[in-house]
Amino acid sequence: MENKELRKELKVSAIENGTVIDHIPAQSLFQVIKILNLDKSNDQILFGTNLDSMKYGKKGIIKVRNKFFESDEINKIALVAPTATLIVIKDYKVVEKKQVEIPDEVQKIVKCFNPNCITNNEAVPTRFEVIKNEAVIKLQCHYCEKTTSKENMVFL
Amino acid sequence: MKNRSLISINDFTKQEQIRILDIAADFEKNPIRKILENNVVATLFFEPSTRTRLSFESAASRLGAKVIGFSSSASSSVSKGESLKDTILTVSNYSDVIVMRHPKDGSARYASEVSPVPVINAGDGANQHPTQTLLDMYSIRKTQGTLDNLNIAFVGDLKYGRTVHSLTMALTQFNTTFHLVSPEELKLPSYVKRHIKEKQLTYHQYTDLMDVIPNADIIYMTRIQRERFSDPIEYEKVKNIYNLENAMLDGAKENMRILHPLPRVNEISTDVDSNPKAYYFQQALNGVFVRQALLATILGAI
Repeated sequence: MENKELRKELKVSAIENGTVIDHIPAQSLFQVIKILNLDKSNDQILFGTNLDSMKYGKKGIIKVRNKFFESDEINKIALVAPTATLIVIKDYKVVEKKQVEIPDEVQKIVKCFNPNCITNNEAVPTRFEVIKNEAVIKLQCHYCEKTTSKENMVFL
Repeated sequence: MKNRSLISINDFTKQEQIRILDIAADFEKNPIRKILENNVVATLFFEPSTRTRLSFESAASRLGAKVIGFSSSASSSVSKGESLKDTILTVSNYSDVIVMRHPKDGSARYASEVSPVPVINAGDGANQHPTQTLLDMYSIRKTQGTLDNLNIAFVGDLKYGRTVHSLTMALTQFNTTFHLVSPEELKLPSYVKRHIKEKQLTYHQYTDLMDVIPNADIIYMTRIQRERFSDPIEYEKVKNIYNLENAMLDGAKENMRILHPLPRVNEISTDVDSNPKAYYFQQALNGVFVRQALLATILGAI
């Protein structure tokens, strides 16, 4: 048992202060990194993917040292990683743990599916209202008013 | 409504929409009123149009406003590669309100966000055309005496026709019963039907135009738009599917009127034009009164 714990530690080492984003679907890891702009960050970042998960089979995990996210910032990842958990670490201890929530509005991260939309033809940042009351999540474009459904979402 | 943009019909509440119709009725009685003599109206038509541009310009002229603008992208700096944002910011320095038509969906909303002066959407791609909706509502109210509890038939291209979508949404505020006549492949999209269902209103779908003639208060004809079809064979199959002829109108209700956003091709025979039930040219005239009401209200003269 102790041995197992140790091996787990070695895969992605613990952080003293910062944020852990756990239970990311394995295939979405790099997308999450991109949405959170971690690829351009100066913070120390540890990440792993295709790790074994009891709940989901395979999962990804990201640890960002000395960084604490605002809810709005983190909720952007809910579109690609609805299962993700946010864990706030202070002095090696978990001080907060929460599920990501799907936001009401999404800006700049998804492309509008309508090729005739102004956002695909001029330098206009995309903006969508999230429609949650249907079986699948849809994004309604603030500009062209057309909806983009989950299977058609292309991330910028 | 002073200084407000009008991009989508839903930007105005039901009360505000009715207020515009009431003001338009005043302009119909007394159309020449020079209340905008100190104003400049810009009409930016990035895409050609006959009725909409000319009726806006006519409305502005009757109010005494000066009109500046262009009637195609070719005659503007767009042809030199200028962005929409730069065009709007520039023109807003020269005018008090911008009326624009643009081929891209959502362009008008974007323009209203960058423009310091109000923007009136005169059609953005296949998306919205709210001033057409208001003039359709005006025409219905004028011919029927009310907007409430009517049987409205829409005929033709219900899938792509933006005038049908916007007017349908507006009419769901007035307890309308909808009669939808279209070929199978051009039925009203489910996202528009959803608005009808949400208000617990009724709609009936038909493929035969004759089925709706006896009960309709309004028959709203539309053109099957060739430009919407990627497959020309599909267009050929449906292009002449509806052709309203004078002889077909014998069983119609006395109060029934025929509307059409124009231009028509052959969905209404010219022998209907002299029938008192034909209302589409007066409908186009009503566009001037409605646009006068909008310009005067948005510029704060009323």
